[in-house]
Amino acid sequence: MSMINYASREINCKIVYYGPGLGGKTTNLEHVYGKVKPETRGKLISLATETERTLFFDFLPVDLGTIRGFKTRFHLYTVPGQVYYNASRKLILKNVDGIVFVGDSQAERMEANLESMQNLYDNMAEYGYDLTKMPFVVQYNKRDLPNAAPVADLQAALNPGWEVDDPAKFRVTPDPYHAGENLVQQISSGEWVERAPYFEAVAVNGDGVFDTLKAVSKLVLKALA
Amino acid sequence: MTAGAPTWTFTEDDFGAITDCMRRFLDDTNAMCAMLVDKSGQLVTTVGTAPGLDATTFATLTAADFGANDQLARILGETEFTTLFHQGERESVFVADVARRLILVVIFDSRTSAGMVKLKLKPQVEELTALLDSAMARSRAGAPPRQKLLHGAEQEIDDLFQW
Repeated sequence: MSMINYASREINCKIVYYGPGLGGKTTNLEHVYGKVKPETRGKLISLATETERTLFFDFLPVDLGTIRGFKTRFHLYTVPGQVYYNASRKLILKNVDGIVFVGDSQAERMEANLESMQNLYDNMAEYGYDLTKMPFVVQYNKRDLPNAAPVADLQAALNPGWEVDDPAKFRVTPDPYHAGENLVQQISSGEWVERAPYFEAVAVNGDGVFDTLKAVSKLVLKALA
Repeated sequence: MTAGAPTWTFTEDDFGAITDCMRRFLDDTNAMCAMLVDKSGQLVTTVGTAPGLDATTFATLTAADFGANDQLARILGETEFTTLFHQGERESVFVADVARRLILVVIFDSRTSAGMVKLKLKPQVEELTALLDSAMARSRAGAPPRQKLLHGAEQEIDDLFQW
């Protein structure tokens, strides 16, 4: 739920990083925190266990610039990835404006990725939110690891696309981030299918972190336009 | 299902009425600071001061605290815990639901008492609820004149991310 405050001239938006445990959600926020100018961000808050696993959430407020005289303030949250913290995860999703799913590219984490993606759809549906109609991007993290699954396999499993039901969207829409690929296209059975934009990342050294953040933030603001 | 939670907009008039109401509450109770926080953790406004307070962080943690307690209430079969109280050695905090949409946070110290703050909190919440309900009703009745703040701003949005 974006909040536009005309008095303080701010647009406030909430972005949640979702995904399986140890996938790199907190690492994404830590990289953003380390790289943006201190005057454009607040404190990075982590509600974590003694072993630095996210217990409730991490939180980082960042200003991404001014548009039409309004500051764009993004509140970035992560959720705890571990399966048994679902109540906390669901709580953080409340009033979300944009979602980043941080998948773990390691082949042996495929099941955890699938479980987390299903959990995301389920939790969103419980709030009555339709993820396919919201700003949503997928990040495949840990691309540097030798056991990383091919992107095509990850896409097929985690981002196969959803059927487009709005005839106004029945047109090929190229993926601006991957030449030769499309975000909306017609498949052989005749159906039109849309996929979420995806990014490859190595969050631990920052690769792909800002590309992901930029893409989801842009989608959130465009949803207001 | 909807595309997501609806966007909501504060006009300057709404904002002025809300801050006036909160300022009167601080005068009446001698509390240090009052904040109005959206349940998603966004700070709507703050009145008064508390030394060293990071209002943005405080707002986010308060919303999470309130949300977690809301779930605890449901587990117990309660509809909600409408008010929370955190007692400290020097400073204490009351947190109250406003119109099921916002949270009022009051920080106070020994210059007043928990009893005084609690006594004045109920009428304060009722007044804020009435203000917000009428703002929401206006919003539902018809789009506010400037709701489409970013209408036609696609290129400006693209330009914003040229970093």
